[in-house]
This record gives sequence, structure tokens and C-alpha cells, in this order.
Amino acid sequence: MNNISFNKFYRKFNILSLVLIITSLIFLIIKGLNYGVDFKGGTLIELRTNDKTNNITMIRDSFNQMNLGDVSVKKFGNETDFIVKFEKQNSNDPDFIKNIENKLSSSIGDVDFRRVENVGPKVSSELLKSGIIAISLSLAAMLLYIWIRFEWQFSLGAILAIFHDVIITLGIFSIFSLEINLSIVAAVLTIVGYSMNDTVVIFDRVRENLRKYSDVKIYELTNISINETLSRTIITSVTTLLALLSIYLFGGEILKGFSLAMILGVIFGTYSSIYIANPILVALNVSQRTIVKEEKN
Amino acid sequence: MLYFSKLRIISVIIFTIIFSYFALSNFTKLDDRFFSKNINLGLDLQGGSYLLLEIDNRPVITQRLQAKIIELKRYFKEKEIILKNFSLNGDTITFEAQEQDLEQVSKLLNDKESDINQYYQSYKSHEFDVIENNNLFNLNYSRYGLVLLKNASLDQAIEIVRRRVDEVGTNEPNILKRGNDRILVELPGLDDPNRIKSLLGKTANLTFQFISQNNEESFGTEKLSFEDGSREAIVSKRIILSGDNLVDAKPTMNSQTNETVVSFSLDRVGAKKFGKATSTGVGKQLAIILDGKIISAPTVREPIVGGSGQISGNFTFQSATDLALLLRSGALPAPLNIIEERTVGPDLGQDSIDAGLLSLIIGFLLVIIFMIYKYKAFGLIANLALITNLFLLIGILTLFEATLTLPGIAGIILTVGMAVDANVLIFERIKEETKSEKNPIIAFDAGYTKSRTTILDANITTLIAAFILFFMGSGPVKGFSVTLGVGILTTLFSVYFIARLLTSLYVVKNKEKEQLL
Repeated sequence: MNNISFNKFYRKFNILSLVLIITSLIFLIIKGLNYGVDFKGGTLIELRTNDKTNNITMIRDSFNQMNLGDVSVKKFGNETDFIVKFEKQNSNDPDFIKNIENKLSSSIGDVDFRRVENVGPKVSSELLKSGIIAISLSLAAMLLYIWIRFEWQFSLGAILAIFHDVIITLGIFSIFSLEINLSIVAAVLTIVGYSMNDTVVIFDRVRENLRKYSDVKIYELTNISINETLSRTIITSVTTLLALLSIYLFGGEILKGFSLAMILGVIFGTYSSIYIANPILVALNVSQRTIVKEEKN
Repeated sequence: MLYFSKLRIISVIIFTIIFSYFALSNFTKLDDRFFSKNINLGLDLQGGSYLLLEIDNRPVITQRLQAKIIELKRYFKEKEIILKNFSLNGDTITFEAQEQDLEQVSKLLNDKESDINQYYQSYKSHEFDVIENNNLFNLNYSRYGLVLLKNASLDQAIEIVRRRVDEVGTNEPNILKRGNDRILVELPGLDDPNRIKSLLGKTANLTFQFISQNNEESFGTEKLSFEDGSREAIVSKRIILSGDNLVDAKPTMNSQTNETVVSFSLDRVGAKKFGKATSTGVGKQLAIILDGKIISAPTVREPIVGGSGQISGNFTFQSATDLALLLRSGALPAPLNIIEERTVGPDLGQDSIDAGLLSLIIGFLLVIIFMIYKYKAFGLIANLALITNLFLLIGILTLFEATLTLPGIAGIILTVGMAVDANVLIFERIKEETKSEKNPIIAFDAGYTKSRTTILDANITTLIAAFILFFMGSGPVKGFSVTLGVGILTTLFSVYFIARLLTSLYVVKNKEKEQLL
């Protein structure tokens, strides 16, 4: 059996979390998120050139001559692969992409458009709306589920832990200007599920121990429960991270953002199950009476 | 928890074998007589185009309102009611009635049996909302009138879109209604999305109108420019013939001029109209107009009575083919705009499949190695459960012919990582139980029983996330929610049937050993 005094560091890590959350919120409010074409509208082109001498500057210059608004060009994996994004999307002109391809071919030689995403302003705002609804809905559903299964003190702890993970993950995306697209929404939802999963395992143990020991204070009791479930927590995080790392390293450029968000989410989800969810039980002074009273009802 | 009846063991084995067979049928050509289903690859994996088209109904509404004014005039004239000052302001028809007719006009417009303002019993609404203001009447499309109009124009548009897509001949296109003004077109394995896009982007309204010599045409005139933008011409508004009368069109070579042209043939009504117009208009220029642009304006040399003709206009073979295709499939009721496009080239799709499979294999191996390192014999059991889990997951996706996308593959890999969780929870619990309980069978049994609620709780939370994603997400992301959600169900099966069965066999056989886990 492990016997690590997690509870000694409750306060320190709570302060750290608070700092991280506030920093994240400041960035989210002031700098905002770097929305991809899914949510901002515009055009994304993944292209491959045949000519290895083509570089970002040349490609950017050719695009800039076409009056497409703000153009951003990035390398994408290979030497010859680039991602080009610009604001303009033209739904009234079905030959829009064809014309760009022709112009580009004449200025920098043969190019292959491997992927094109073109999202109009109406669709992008709808996608953003449904993304926000999906995340809010899943938070509400989790809250409901845990509220049915546990006492309100536990629900509060679990939900705050989830908010903690989601806010910090999004904060990191804001700080490093990483792109938010549809797959990031999927990642955030999965993080919500994972973080909840992790918290529930510890909470189940806390509740079991509350029944078992009537004379142990919650401060000690959470620590016992964390230690008892610690090897499971570690093994599951490791296997999940191994799988995610494999996606991040070998799954191709398209899944990079998704797997990175998930990796961050799993790390913070594991951390928050220990250092956010449990201190809240302590702060709310949960005792044997909390669960006995509920069970009598 | 450790006891299994013979019947149960056999059903678990049969179940597993069946689904493994389904899963394997994707990869090898097994006998198709029993099972011919396959997992569909999403557009992001097999390459292709996803187009969301929005119909722009404004021209249709204006057109209908203009027609309605003519209808109203005729209708009330028959009833010998004099109305005046008809006008169309935006989407509102306005007219005045005389004092003595007010009551009757109002009655005719608001009557449920009305012929002029149709009443829809099912919607409890008229086609038009009527607002009366002294002797002024304002007519607006009612909410349901507008819905019906939009639905009708969408149905018509979807039919035309289908014809055009079929003519190009892509494999298994998917064309669906979205709401009441959108059409979703999925074109798997398409080489040149640009051609389809430009075909779908054209309304293809074809008309034949005479070039006006003088400005005293009774129908009025309009100034139109030529397709190549070189010049403009004044054209009579009288439509001799429209694309509706065409029965066939194809690209041909004109043997005299050695030029690619589109030859067309007309239905009976069209042939008659065309014959009559060309006999009276010998010597005049007949403009052939497509979507408001003049393609060409040949001079009529003799009456054309055979019901067929040619359109010339500097065509390449490709552009003549496309024009013929557009004319054959008919005009859209209103312009379509492409409001969302996602196209993936076939080689990128293949790259994604390769990368997805590579990361699946590596992720899988890493997890398997880690579990053996951690739990030895029981790691092996967990791994066997994991492998079965993977077969079951792919088998179920195959059975339901689900669509596998790149995020979907990520969902499978994630399932691999998270699936061991349930077994880990059980094994850790068993370890705890063996401390106080010497009999391994009882300890194992307690481990399974006591961890059950926790495992259910933990999996239900992920299932909730997957469900919401399934209903809110679109395209590739939906594929992720499917694999994640189905993965949880197969995980629970493989943990509680496969792993538990193997565990029980192992424990019963080795119950004399010290420290099993």
C-alpha cells in the first residue's frame, strides 16, 4: 500500500490551480482562442508542391497577390506540405478554388491541393454554437448523473474539477495560439468524460471509507482513499497516455491538435481528481453523517 | 462472480467468434454468401467531397409574388371588382379596393374555401397573411406559405442536383435534405470536385429571346452582356422558348464550321413555338441566353420547324459537354450557393489510413507490453480481453455498416488505452482483498463484486460524453463518438465475460499457489 501524504499539499496545489485558472481566464478573455476555419469561416488549403525549392515566403507572396484577405502559411509535416488559411471564402463563385489552383500553378509550378475546407460565415457560426451547446450539455448531463449517484458535496467537487480541466486546457490553447476546430470540441468532451471517470473512482472509495471508518476526519480519509486507488489512477493514466502519445506521434498532422488536447486533458484530469475534487470534500466538511443522512432519505 | 455455466461459456465463445468473423471480413475476401457487409470509410479516409448547398429563394419568392399579382388582377376582374394601384414593395403585395367592395374582397381573401388565398387545413393557415388598412390591402406570405414554397423549391432543386451528379457518374453519391433550404452532397472518391462544383453552381436557366432592333417592344427590353464579356446587346423580354421545352442535348461537331456545338431537340410544344417564332423572325438575331448571359446570337436564316437546333459559342469539347449536361438535367428553381465544402484528395485519405493504422498498432503494442509488465499472467488475460474487445468493436461497426473516419480511428485507439481501466480496477481491488482474505477464490470474487459499481459509474460518464457528441457533432467527429461509445460497450463485455471467464479458469486451476496477483 502506498502511503503518500497528498493532503499536506492540498493548499499549495490549490493555489497553483487558482493561478493557472486565473492565467487561463485572462488569456481566454484578452487574447481569445485561435479559431480554425470551422468556427471562424474562411478557407483552408493543404497543398503539396512538386518543387522542393518552394518555401513559405514564396507561397505566401503568391497567395497575397490574389486578394484573399489575411493569408497564413505554415509547414505541415513534410518539407513539401503546407497549410494555407485565409479569410475569404466565396460561395457565389463555384470556380473559386479552381481559379486559385490555376493562379498558384502558374506562379510557383505544379501544386496538388490535398485538402480543401471552405466554410461560409453562416455555417461557421452555427458550428460554433453547436460546439458550445455540446460542451454545456455534456457538463449538465455529468452534473445530473453525479447528482443522482452522489451527495451534492461530491457533485460540486467533481464539476469544479471538470471546469478546472477544461479551462486550463483551453487556456493552454489560447496561450500558445493552438488552433481550435471541430476535433478539439470532441477532445474537450472526451476530457470531460475522462476527468469525471477519474474523479468518480476516487469518490466511490471515499464514500466506501466514510461508511467503514466513523472516527477518521475527512482530511485523512481523502488521503487514504487517494492512496488506495493510486495504482489504478497511475496505470490507467499511463495506458491512456501511451495510446494518445501514439496518436500524437504517428497519427498524422490532422490528429495532432486533437491528441495534444487529450494529453493535456488526461494529465490535468488526473491531477484535478486528486487535488481539486478531494480538497472540496474537505472544505465542505463531509463526514459519515453526510452520506448516512442522504441514505436515510 | 467467478462461476460460469457451460451454456454461458459457449454463448460467449460463439458471440466472440461471430463478431470476429464480421471484423475480419473487412480485411480478407471471405465467403460473401454469409456476410457481405463492410465498414464504410468516411470521406476523410477514402477521399472525396462534402458540399453543403444553400438555396437562395429570394428570386423564387419575387417571381411568385409577381405571378400572384397577375393572378389577383385576373381573379377579381372576373368577379367584376375593380382593384387598382397594385405594387410590390419588398415581399408585400399592395393594392387598393373601392369603398363598396371592401367587404367582399376581404371575405374572398379570408375565406377558408378561398381559391385565391389557399387555406391549409393541416397548418391552420392561409398561404398569405392579409392586412387591411382602410381601403388598402397588404398581402404577405404567411409563415407556412413560405415553408411550403421553400419545401417545394428544395424538392425540385434536390431532384436537379441528383440528375446532375448522376450524369457526371461518381460512385455512390449521397444527396440529402438539410432543413428547408439546404442540400448536403457527399461525393466519395471524386477526382475533380471543381467540375461538380461549377455544374452545381449554375442555375442553367436557358432562354431564346430576339435581339431587339428598336426600343418599341411591347414586352419591354433588357440589356444583357455576352458570356465572354466582349459586348452587350438589347434583348426583347419576350421569351420565345425556355429550357423547359428541351428533351435532349448533346455535344456534337458541326461538320461545316468544324466547331464544337451543343445540339438540342425540343418537345412538341417547344418545336411548334420555335417554328412559329423563327418563321416570323427570319433575318432577326436570336439570342441564346444562359443565366442572364448571352452565349451567342445567330441570325435566323430560315424557319426552324424540325424541333431541333444547335447552340454555338466558342465551346471546347468539355464546356459543350457540361452545357449539354446542364440542359438535359434542367434548370434549378433558384441559385444554389456552396456554403461549406470539405474536400480530401484520395492520396491524403490513404496517408491518413496508413497513419491511423500505424498509431493504432503502436498504441496497442505499448498498452499490451505495459500490462504484461505490470500484471504478468493477469496482464495476459487483460490483453486477451483487449484483443477480443478490438475484434468486437470492429465487428459491431461492420454489422451496422458504420462510417469510419480519422477521428473514429483515434476513438478506437483511445478505447484501447481506456479499456484496460476496468480490468485494472478489478485487479487492484483483488490485490486489496487478498490482504485480508486467504482463500483466493473468495478474494477474487469480492474483487469483482466490490469494483462493479465504480466501473459502471466510470463508464457511464464517458458514454454520456459520447452520446452528446453523436447528436451534436457532424461528419468526422460523429465517427469518433460512434467508436468511443461502441468501444465502451464492447469493453464492458470483454471485461465481464472474456476476462472474468479466463480469470476464473486461471484461479481455479492455481488456487494452491501463493500470491496469484
